[in-house]
Amino acid sequence: MTACSASPDLTQEEAMQEVFDHYRGFDGAIIPVLQEAQNIYGYLPKEVLDKIAKELKMPFSKVFGIVTFYAQFHLKPRGRNIIRVCLGTACHVRGGSKIFASIKDQLGVGDGETTEDLRFTLETVACIGACGLSPCLMVNEDTHGRLQAKDLPAKLAQYQ
Amino acid sequence: MNNLNEIRAKYTEQFQQKSKRARIVVGLGTCGIAAGGDKVMEAIKQEVAARNLDIDIDFTSCIGMCYREPIVEVALPGMASVIYGDIFPDKVSQLIESHVVNKQPVTEWAAMQIPEGRTEYDGIVTMDKSAYYEKQVRTVTSRLGRTNPESIEDYIATGGYEAIEKALSMDRLAVIDEVKKSGLRGRGGAGFSTGMKWTFVYNAQGDKKYAVCNADEGDPGAFMDRSVLEGDPHGVIEGMMIGGYAIGADEGYIYCRAEYPLAIRRLNLAIAKAEKLGLLGENILGSGFNFRIRIKAGAGAFVCGEETALLNSIEGQRGMPRVRPPFPANKGLWQKPTTLNNVETYANVPFILRKGADWYAGMGTEKSKGSKVFCLTGKINNTGLAEVPMGITLREVIFNIAGGIQDGKQFKAVQSGGPSGGCLPAEKLDLPIDYESLGAVGAIMGSGGLVVMDENTCMVDVARFFLNFTQNESCGKCIPCREGTKRMLEILTRICDGEGKVEDMDTLERLANVIKTASLCGLGQTCPNPILTTLRYFRHEYEAHIIDKRCPAGVCNALLVYKIIAENCTGCGACRRVCPVGAISGENKQPHTLDTAACIKCGGCVSKCKFDAIIRG
Repeated sequence: MTACSASPDLTQEEAMQEVFDHYRGFDGAIIPVLQEAQNIYGYLPKEVLDKIAKELKMPFSKVFGIVTFYAQFHLKPRGRNIIRVCLGTACHVRGGSKIFASIKDQLGVGDGETTEDLRFTLETVACIGACGLSPCLMVNEDTHGRLQAKDLPAKLAQYQ
Repeated sequence: MNNLNEIRAKYTEQFQQKSKRARIVVGLGTCGIAAGGDKVMEAIKQEVAARNLDIDIDFTSCIGMCYREPIVEVALPGMASVIYGDIFPDKVSQLIESHVVNKQPVTEWAAMQIPEGRTEYDGIVTMDKSAYYEKQVRTVTSRLGRTNPESIEDYIATGGYEAIEKALSMDRLAVIDEVKKSGLRGRGGAGFSTGMKWTFVYNAQGDKKYAVCNADEGDPGAFMDRSVLEGDPHGVIEGMMIGGYAIGADEGYIYCRAEYPLAIRRLNLAIAKAEKLGLLGENILGSGFNFRIRIKAGAGAFVCGEETALLNSIEGQRGMPRVRPPFPANKGLWQKPTTLNNVETYANVPFILRKGADWYAGMGTEKSKGSKVFCLTGKINNTGLAEVPMGITLREVIFNIAGGIQDGKQFKAVQSGGPSGGCLPAEKLDLPIDYESLGAVGAIMGSGGLVVMDENTCMVDVARFFLNFTQNESCGKCIPCREGTKRMLEILTRICDGEGKVEDMDTLERLANVIKTASLCGLGQTCPNPILTTLRYFRHEYEAHIIDKRCPAGVCNALLVYKIIAENCTGCGACRRVCPVGAISGENKQPHTLDTAACIKCGGCVSKCKFDAIIRG
């Protein structure tokens, strides 16, 4: 998904600097830069947003406005694994809300919340395009389909 | 390189050689992987290595039969390809033993066979006669499940990049005329003539123009664009190149939603390979035409599927729609003339150029030409992707291709066009699928999602579900949509909670019509459709909720009453033990009773009862 993947041995600040260098002079760079920043930090801390506003020569308010408009951007730390339970139409008619309720019980967190050990963040999504296999969910970039509540613990156990 | 003749000959030869060897192909689209296709691939590799077999292993994208994933194709030299469904790792050893080693296909696991001129097996239906494919035409989806989507060689060997070669030898207006003559209309849902759109951009004044591909497929229940991007990325790229050439653009953007990581990965790969062959870049095929494509990943906003909101998002702004006019054809991306077309629209273009406008216009109805890809989902037996000629009836799609309703239940409604579409009842099943017919009954063609609902679906709940979605996704720029969706959702929630008032139905109707007329963009203008169609075709369900305080489908919790049928109850006690509030009482082996006043309607007892002794309604 990333246009320039930062090498793992760089510090977060160095990786961010590479992103700025890569996107310097690009029109409409703000959204890709925010996406890369979130990949590096896991979320968008205020200091990073400050730095982005300065580097891209944009008012902080505008950067903040963009961050809060798009569902993908997060201002709070997130879990190591992101669970996105699909509640789209096809999943809705095939019992997606039961899957969601079951995971909620299992993790003890609600929509948009993160477990205390930062292992999982639970989110809902309106459709992940795997409707043929509904009900379904995504953990990070893996899609799991044809779910039954009883299979969930084993599926989630794969993710540390 | 001025033409592709030499490499096409080479790749075609390679492609034909492939079919002369034994091969196993695994379907690895997002749905295939979700069903466990990657684990099957691993198992096949291990099995082949352990048996030391001389056989090619390859992968392809989604052939469309999501209900049979994971799908594996086995082909022996000179023999038809057999497509197997539901192949999980534990079946791999037997499959290889039987089909590859002993040359006996496992007939009972086979979904169909594809002869393509080779010898057929007995006892396996051929693809063109199989129930799922018999009524389909495969154009845009013709490479899906048949070629390796990450191989530009496969693409070129199957006629790929022939159309751009042809286009570059034509006058730009002649290219537009051909598309116009084909009758191709926007596959994103609105159905505007693609050729007309391109004419507007061609005529627009500007030193710089853009061709943009809308791959922000956000409708719940729709995944055809994902399947096409994952299965035939070069087809979309070639379509964009032809569009770019026709309107005079030298730059293209594909705006793809971030929820489709595999599609983005395959697109990036396809662009890199096309650039390497000189098919993207400067002076393409010696014609003087320059074209580059960039990918923008969406950031999670449904409204960005609206064309002007999408342009704002590419420019790095909040994805809110613009007031029109000026239209994007005159002032689009960075205020330059821009054409915006959907994935499937672009993917049709190379076929039109190659096979001719007349061939394309030969399919479909008078005003809706060609074919359309639909996603069949919901309570049907065969979920998946189907490309059908325009004008086919809903009944043929739902009962022939999709195999009817699951568990022998009754059909109640089909929802076409996502949250902007409408819910159509059984009386409308013989309606031909085309832009005008669907519009006339209050639904829309939309992007192509068909969600089928059965007797256990509550239509008021469905309307509330869609409103909840559109209300969440409303960007807030214009008041009718921002405030109106909120008010409509409140009313629908009230009705589902059993607190509806008789005048609510009229209020909903009035609000819906205002929002439809006064909203700024397509999201607001179409979001009342689910309410209007359910009010029109399923008014009795609203009345049952509001007047009788009853949910006929047994979905809306607040309106349900649980009862134990004494004759069926064996007194096993399972329900009594699971009830969290002690509302069920009774002696062992004696019929139990349920205290409806104490009951919190959690449904736990119904799922525990093995004797159908507890009903809700």
